[in-house]
This record gives sequence, C-alpha cells and structure tokens, in this order.
Amino acid sequence: MLEGESLECERGGRKLFGPLSLGLAGGELLRIAGPNGSGKTSLLRILCGLLEPTAGSVRWNGEPIRELREDYSRHLVYLGHAPAVKDELTPAENLDITCRLAGGVFPKEQIREALRAYAVPELPARKLSQGQRRRAALARLLVSASVPLWLLDEPFAALDVAAARFTEELVQKHVGGGGAVAYTTHQPTALDARSRVLDLSR
Amino acid sequence: MTTQSIKWFWFASPATFYPLAGTLARVTGLLAAVFTLAGLYVGFFVAPTDAQQGEAYRIIYVHVPAAWMSMFIYVVMAFWAAVGFAMQTRLSAMMARSLAPTGALMTFIALWTGSLWGKPTWGTWWVWDARLTSELILLFLYFGYMALVASIDERRRADKAGALLLLVGVVNIPIIHYSVQWWNTLHQGASVSVSKGSSMAPSMLTGMLLVALGFWMYSIAVAMVRVRCEIRENE
Amino acid sequence: MLAVARTLVERDLLLALRRKSDVFTALLFFVIVASLFPLGIGAEPNQLRAIAPGVIWVAALLSSMLSLARLFAADHADGTLEQMLLGAAPLGIVVAAKAAAHWLVSGLPLVLIAPLIALQYDLERPLHGVLALSLLLGTPVLSIIGAIGAALTLGLRGGGILLSLLVLPLYVPVLIMGAGAVEMAGAGLDPGGQLLLMGAFLVVAVAFAPLATAAALRISLE
Repeated sequence: MLEGESLECERGGRKLFGPLSLGLAGGELLRIAGPNGSGKTSLLRILCGLLEPTAGSVRWNGEPIRELREDYSRHLVYLGHAPAVKDELTPAENLDITCRLAGGVFPKEQIREALRAYAVPELPARKLSQGQRRRAALARLLVSASVPLWLLDEPFAALDVAAARFTEELVQKHVGGGGAVAYTTHQPTALDARSRVLDLSR
Repeated sequence: MTTQSIKWFWFASPATFYPLAGTLARVTGLLAAVFTLAGLYVGFFVAPTDAQQGEAYRIIYVHVPAAWMSMFIYVVMAFWAAVGFAMQTRLSAMMARSLAPTGALMTFIALWTGSLWGKPTWGTWWVWDARLTSELILLFLYFGYMALVASIDERRRADKAGALLLLVGVVNIPIIHYSVQWWNTLHQGASVSVSKGSSMAPSMLTGMLLVALGFWMYSIAVAMVRVRCEIRENE
Repeated sequence: MLAVARTLVERDLLLALRRKSDVFTALLFFVIVASLFPLGIGAEPNQLRAIAPGVIWVAALLSSMLSLARLFAADHADGTLEQMLLGAAPLGIVVAAKAAAHWLVSGLPLVLIAPLIALQYDLERPLHGVLALSLLLGTPVLSIIGAIGAALTLGLRGGGILLSLLVLPLYVPVLIMGAGAVEMAGAGLDPGGQLLLMGAFLVVAVAFAPLATAAALRISLE
C-alpha cells in the first residue's frame, strides 16, 4: 500500500536519516524507533505528505503522494504531537468537525460514544487536562475503522494505563481488519511483539 | 535534451559555479567601471543643456538607469525564484538572495536622485509623481523580501518562502504601476513629473544607456561576489 | 469539497462567536484610527470631507491587516491547521473558506459601520453608497491577498510587523482604486470604471490568491 523509496531528510543543515526505504501493506504494524531527535516525527510527517523529503519519494498504491494530494490524505488518519483540539469548542464539536474536514460525517450519537469510550468529559476543551485532550484526539480512531492507514506519533504519551491498553487493542483490531498502522513511541507496549521495527538510530 | 541542457545543470551545482562566479565578477566589474564612466562623461559633458531645467537635469543620467535597474533586478530575482521552484536547484535561491541588496540599492539611488532633482526643479525634496511613488513601493517590496528571508532560520523554508513572495510581487508590479499612474492623474494632472517627457537628444539617450549598462555590469559583479560568499557559507 | 468549505466557515464563525473579542477588536480599531485623524489634522469641515474617503480606506486597510495575523496562527498552534492540510478538500478551497470567514468577521462589519464614520466626516450623502460599495468589493480582496502574507509569516518572530511589510505593497492598488472611486464620484465623475476594476481585482484574487496561500502554507508547515 504505502512505499517510501530512498527517503532522505535534512533539517536545519543536519542530515537526520537516509537514504531509507520502507514498505507498509495492509495488516502490518510498523514501529518507528530511535532516540530523540533521530527524525521519527519527521519520517512520519514525510509519510503523511506534510514534509517534503530532501530526496526520494513516497508512493500510495504506486502513485506518488505529491500528485495525489487529498486523494491520498483521504485514506489516512494522522495524529501528531498536538492534540488538534480547539479550546473554544466542546470535545464533541471538535471531533465532529475534525471528521467532517476529513470527509466523514458521523451521527452525533456515534461521536458521543467514541468520546465516552475514552472517558472524555463533556466540558469546553480549555478545561480539559493534557491527558484528557490526548484522549479526545484519540477518540477519532474509534470512528476511523474504514480509513486504511493510521499514522500515529507517540499515541501513548500522557495516557494512563487503562487508556493505553484500550488504544493498543484498537490498533490491534485495525491491523487485524486489514488496516496498516505506523507509529512512534518511547514506551514499551504490548504492540512491540507484533510490530516490525524501523530503527532510525545510526 | 542535448549537451546544452546538461551544461546548464553542471553549473547549477554551487561547487562548480564558484570559480565561474569569480571570473564573471572580475570581468563585469571592469566593464562596469568602463561603461559607467563613459556614460557619465557623455551625460555630463557631451549632451546638451536642457532648455527649461538647465544643468540640474543631468541627474537623470543616474536616476533613470538606476530606476531601470531596480525594476530589472526584481524581475531577474523573480526569474530565479521560478527556476528554483521548477528545478529545485539551491543555487537559484542563492542568486535571488545575492541580487536583493543591489536591487534595493538601485531603488534607493533612484529615489534619492529623484529627490535631488526635485529640489532645484520644483522646490521640494519629494515629489509624489508616478515614477517616484512606484519606486517607493518597489523599495518596500525589496525590504519585504529581505526581511522575510532574514527572519526564517530554516534555510530551505526561507528560500522557498522568499521565492513565493517574489513571484507574487512580480505579478503585482504591473498592477501597482498602473494604479499609481492612474492615482497620479487623478490628483495632480500631468503637471509634475520627475522625468524628461519631451524630445530627447540622441546623446542623452546614449548617455543613459551607457550608464544603465554600467549599472547592469556592476549588479552582476556584486551579485557574483555575494553568491560566492553564500556558497562558502553553506556548502 | 463544498461540504468541507461550509464546515470550515461555520467553524470559524462559531469560534469567533465564542471568542467575541476578535470581532470587536477589528471594529474598534477601525473607529479609533478614523477618529485620530481629525485630532491630528484639525476638524475643518471642508478638509475632513476631502480626506474622508482616504482616511476610511486606510483605516479599513490597517484594521484588516491587524486581524490577519490571527488567520492561521491559532489553528497552527493547536495542530488543527495540519489536519486541514490532510483534509478531504484541496488546500486552496480550505484557504478560501478561511479567508471568507475572516472577511465575514473582520471585513463585513467595517463595511456596515463605514457610513457612521462617513457621517463623522460629514461626507456628502450621495457618496456613502459608493464608499460602501467600494469597501464591499475591496475588503474581501484585502482578506484574500493578506492570507498569502499570513501564511508566509506563520510562526515567525516579528510576525505582525513583517506581515504588514509584506502585504501593504500588495494592498496599494486596492486602496488607490477604492478611495479613488469615491473621489471620482465626489468630483461629479462616474466611478463605474474604478468599481468595475475592483470587481475584477476580486475575481482575479479569488481565482489565484488561494493557490499562492496554499503553497505558502505548505512551505511554512514543513
């Protein structure tokens, strides 16, 4: 499904990694590992299309993502460091709008269900704690079963044990159903056994 | 694609361009001195005195070429911006950066000499005529580019952002020019104008063209020196 | 695609509603700037009448520029902007939607309040219509061209001032035509040509500026 060919990344005059090639097919789980500053987030952003690699190209089903643009991003969910939650809206409004902007419309009840599953309270987002915001962002995964590719940057950061377990199960389920997930993490998780590892440390 | 295009790409590498830039700088520097002196000689000693404005008008031999160059350099910078986007060459961005200060200088000279012309002719240090006002806005465009590029730390982002700004600017220049001209006719009529409107003796044109050529050679020379500095800093 | 655009406009309007200060800041700034000129120049009625179109237009310009810095900054800070780049609609549409919302919040109120300022300056009644029309055609252009500057300067220190420097030269034609239209009408001439030209500016800006802004956003978000 997703192929990265001879990808190189240079930031601030320093070469982060490369040339590196990778492939991710349906049903596969990829963990991108490496110490801080080794380019894990940059690689994930290159795979999304948010960052242009210094060299090499990324292909989705054979076609370069630079040309596909939204025809590619329609098939992915990217959860980055920032929870992408607006302070002035409630978590439900946030999730609803995020989904609509990505092209998916879901009934209100389904949105609320997703947020309940992650124990996100119905308060204006500015009153939520860091962990609650993270969970509000992760709730999107519960309505994204039909989106094949999940690119998750440190999805377990700032989560308690229960939420982390829940997320791991979600990821396993997605991969089991034919989806592909690439993620970065610092902590050991139950997913480690099942995932291929791409190590960026040199 | 033939050997011709391969040759261009060969020089697109900063390392290979470096020695060429040095040679160009020396040659054009010399030509700059020759042409400018020749042009100024023609302008100050050969061309006839103006009937209405006397000797003071001779400032146009610096003012007009500087104004021409200020426009020309911006267009060249926009050209390099386009090349940078199309070919993804690092050198194009360096060329644009190297030309910017000279372009701004030419604009400033045009404004300053325009002001110097205004004083003996109209009695004021500044005249809001179409050309001077357009030059002022052009100066802001140059400053905008230089400020943008200077405030972005990440080099690649700076190059691309600057290039985009140049392309947006170059497209707007004709619109700005037309608007300012219209504005001028709306408010002042055709009375005040910092330019030699009526017939120009051939020697006047020759003088201006020679100085323009000299300024052009100077711009290339200085840009080459700057590009070499940029290459040394970044490669 | 249009659904996404609608969602975005509604979202931005909802945010403006909940953060009411934004709307009022732009409006208040407009009114204050317009009030400063008589204080600086003197309140001689004929003089005020003469400078009214220019002053109102400059005030509108400055107010528009002030609110531009916020166009992308908030979304950039909390990560929602990234998500828009990965959304279902082309980035050009996303940008156009945001600029439209920006105009509705920061531009349209100026158009509506301009007649009051015109009264302050004792601008002749018949000219109020031309003034309002010129602002109606011109303020969207300010929003949509300003978006290019906002995108280029996203996240930079000295952002606001730098944004002004980049965007003001591009605003000059709109200012000249807008204020000029009112002055033409004031001199008894037909402002139709200028207004038509402003309409043309609007069409061209809507067609091309979002593309430039989208490119600028991609560059700034790398």
